[in-house]
Amino acid sequence: MYSLHAITNSVQNWLNARLSSTWVLIIESLIVIVLAIALFAALGLILVWLERKVAAHMQIRLGPNRLGPAGIFQTSADTLKLILKEGLTPDGADKFLFNFAPFVVMIVAMLLLAPIAFANGFQIWNINIGVLYISAISSLSVIGILIAGWASNNKYSLLGAMRSGAQIVSYELSAGLSILTIVVLTGSLQMTDIVQAQQNGWWIFKGHIPVIIAFIIFIIAATAETNRAPFDLAEAESELTAGFHTEYSGMKFALFFLAEYINIFIVCAIGATLFLGGWMPFHMGNWTQFNHVMDFIPSSIWFFGKTFFLIFLIMWFRWTFPRLRVDQLLNLEWKYLLPVSLFNLLLVTLIAIMNWHF
Amino acid sequence: MGAFSLIVLTIAAIAFSAGGILAGKLFTKGSRNAQKGQPYECGIPTQTSPWHQFNVGYYLFALLFLIFDVEMVFMYPWAVVVKKVGITALFEILIFIFILFMGFLYAHKKGALKWM
Repeated sequence: MYSLHAITNSVQNWLNARLSSTWVLIIESLIVIVLAIALFAALGLILVWLERKVAAHMQIRLGPNRLGPAGIFQTSADTLKLILKEGLTPDGADKFLFNFAPFVVMIVAMLLLAPIAFANGFQIWNINIGVLYISAISSLSVIGILIAGWASNNKYSLLGAMRSGAQIVSYELSAGLSILTIVVLTGSLQMTDIVQAQQNGWWIFKGHIPVIIAFIIFIIAATAETNRAPFDLAEAESELTAGFHTEYSGMKFALFFLAEYINIFIVCAIGATLFLGGWMPFHMGNWTQFNHVMDFIPSSIWFFGKTFFLIFLIMWFRWTFPRLRVDQLLNLEWKYLLPVSLFNLLLVTLIAIMNWHF
Repeated sequence: MGAFSLIVLTIAAIAFSAGGILAGKLFTKGSRNAQKGQPYECGIPTQTSPWHQFNVGYYLFALLFLIFDVEMVFMYPWAVVVKKVGITALFEILIFIFILFMGFLYAHKKGALKWM
């Protein structure tokens, strides 16, 4: 059967048989670089198109429909336009930091790809502290945003960056606590172990109501951490023009834009891995026949299906909820989500210790 | 691939971003004048420097975040072993969370969570 694991293994064996280990490492690194860049470009193109299409259909419009079938090449044309735009640096800006910030944001987004299990055995780095790595690296992206806002020499940028910082930092807590519930249930920080633990059913079904609460909190926190509506005060168009990237133009703006969509993909991928089983097909306890039928769908399709479902959910939020005020935003986190997720963690711990989960 | 993949991915990110920016530089011909270099402020000339004081509330929330983030770092190793240790681990974390929660209530009582 088709499996990415077999392909990667055969590539490695083929290389090992012909070349010395140094060259194998170099060639494999090149393959990873090409794949990662291709994934970035493809995700950027698809997600921006998807966002516009979802938005359009929610408002009973057609959305982009000129370039290619259903307007799928609209984003490519937009990228081409952005390449042809002048990349302007304002006079008063801190030149080095201004040009450095897009790199920080992109590097963080790229590093987050490492521990994600895209399919059965298809992972860049099977690190044993995967979940901790994700929470550690993802909190670095706020540094890029703060650098961008500070270096721009623009009031809107600085305000947007400050709001963004406060927001990302606050919602990281409840996101981390809801991730911890799954760590408690699994007893491991490794992504592969977490996926394997869901072999007889996904955690969202196995873990009773506390895990569902954790999942809901995670989705809210993920929406806030990626600065998306209804938590998009960092770039609220009507108040701050564009937030921290007001002064950016051309490709530097495109990089921020791309990193934002990549971050959406990554948080959704993590949510799918932790709560919805990652690449694990839909299994039901010991219904062997049913499980066997489900195994026929390739694991990569399961992973991307779940991830894109969560992405769609987050895009849906944008057209459902009105934007929050900054005090409401911080109230929601500190007075509701944080105590609830702390209490929820204790409940899940009780369930895990008593073995009440399936 | 191991920890080496971090270097590889960093190179990939830098290559991707630098490639994009350089391609942009290659195809565009910039012009500069005094008005163009001004910070964007919806058309009117800028009045004061943007690097001014900002709300102290952001600072308070950053401090609170620090407390709870460090708490979470302590909870990661606990979460890994809690199933093996059993019910004692639950009581230990209860005490831990209780002490932190008292601090949280204190901050709440002092009005640190109120946006000014």
